[in-house]
Amino acid sequence: MEPSGTVNYLPILIVFVVASTLAAIIILIPQLLARSRPTTTKLMPYECGVEPVGTARERQSVKFYLVAMVFLLFDIEAVFLLPWAVVFPQVLKDPAYSSLKYVFYGEMMVFMAVLLVGLVYVLRKGILEWNR
Amino acid sequence: MTTDILLEWIIKIAVVIGILLTAVAYLVLIERRILGFIQLRVGPNRVGPFGLLQPAADGLKFMFKEDIIPLTANKFLYVLAPTLILVPALMTFIVIPYGDSITIFGRTIPLHVTRFDVGLLYLLALASIGVYGLALAGWSSNNKYSLIGGLRASAQMISYELALGLSIVGVLIQAGSLDLVKIVEAQGGWYGLKWHVFYFQPLGYLVFFIAALAETNRIPFDLPEAEAELVAGYHVEYSSMKFAMFFMAEYANMITSASLGTTLFWGGWMGPGVERWPALSLVYFIVKVAIFLFIFIWIRSTMPRFRYDQLMRFGWKVLLPLALLNIVITATLVLITS
Repeated sequence: MEPSGTVNYLPILIVFVVASTLAAIIILIPQLLARSRPTTTKLMPYECGVEPVGTARERQSVKFYLVAMVFLLFDIEAVFLLPWAVVFPQVLKDPAYSSLKYVFYGEMMVFMAVLLVGLVYVLRKGILEWNR
Repeated sequence: MTTDILLEWIIKIAVVIGILLTAVAYLVLIERRILGFIQLRVGPNRVGPFGLLQPAADGLKFMFKEDIIPLTANKFLYVLAPTLILVPALMTFIVIPYGDSITIFGRTIPLHVTRFDVGLLYLLALASIGVYGLALAGWSSNNKYSLIGGLRASAQMISYELALGLSIVGVLIQAGSLDLVKIVEAQGGWYGLKWHVFYFQPLGYLVFFIAALAETNRIPFDLPEAEAELVAGYHVEYSSMKFAMFFMAEYANMITSASLGTTLFWGGWMGPGVERWPALSLVYFIVKVAIFLFIFIWIRSTMPRFRYDQLMRFGWKVLLPLALLNIVITATLVLITS
């Protein structure tokens, strides 16, 4: 008989332990088996055979950070949408909420419309114009 | 809770991870063979019959390779990054139902490791942890190629993760649950016409499939690796088993994406004759996932690579609005038919 409830979350812990152990073993294998003969040239950053020029800690395009920020906003939208999507069909089925179902539907549509306006604004501002 | 349930979980987890890793090894081989045949060559066929021992040879080679950590690298993060990618990739599979319940020795065994109410959320959450690994790998190597690769990879993955998460919402509205077992059960009946890909979700499936390709960094979305310009992207400094970990995680993610697509849109383990022979459900599941994976490989051999601005524009201006449109359509349809 399959258990139900909170106890079903226990396999997450088990699989985490198993996967971490496996990863640790995989990392340790070459330490035991492979020989290590480091030289200065070998340990240099790879730059297609040329001597590395400067360091890699350089400034990068700010677009990457803008994309990350916009992602945060829209991910929160997804966070709101997921529970709504799960509850929505149950609200529709429940006769007790029959007068509220249009409210339930309409509110989320308004929410999505607001965010869509936000998306259009962000895109018009040129977040994705990589060559500017 | 009794000990036998604990034992059942441990055995299932061991079997699932074992099968997943074996499948990863052979997926690499199958991919190389298929690519070979598509390009009118034979592919690796020397080690063992039909090259079947090639994965073992590759694995041994990885194990005996010198493990290089560049002098300028941040050592702790450099070692942590592949772990952060591989561990979530192995952890995701436990919520995916790969079959109906079967009875062995008078004991009914459901063919999924575990099920809980937020199974899908757990899977999505773990899938996004992989981004940390990519970004850290790119940054900690202290190499220009890997830094650019890591930045590209993280920006691409978070952009397409959005489309992926929103394309699933349509399925949730119809199934009314985040539990993957319930989502599969919701697709039963009507001779397969209730599979979500036919039953109101073709648009959601399209968005999901494209976003899944991008999430697994496959061609045409493999800009983080882009060997022609970035050598190998975020894992350019990695060697030996640490490189293999990136590889394993990538292919494990491919298999998980294919399984998730099967579960959400193609009826999971559903198929004709499952009620009479429950063991058949496992076969259906594997066949569907295999078809998915074949399409992934097929696309790789067919498509050219996107340019980066095209990729971002496509994700934000096409896929994201399409996913939102799909939610509106689905919600309206469900409301009207209620």
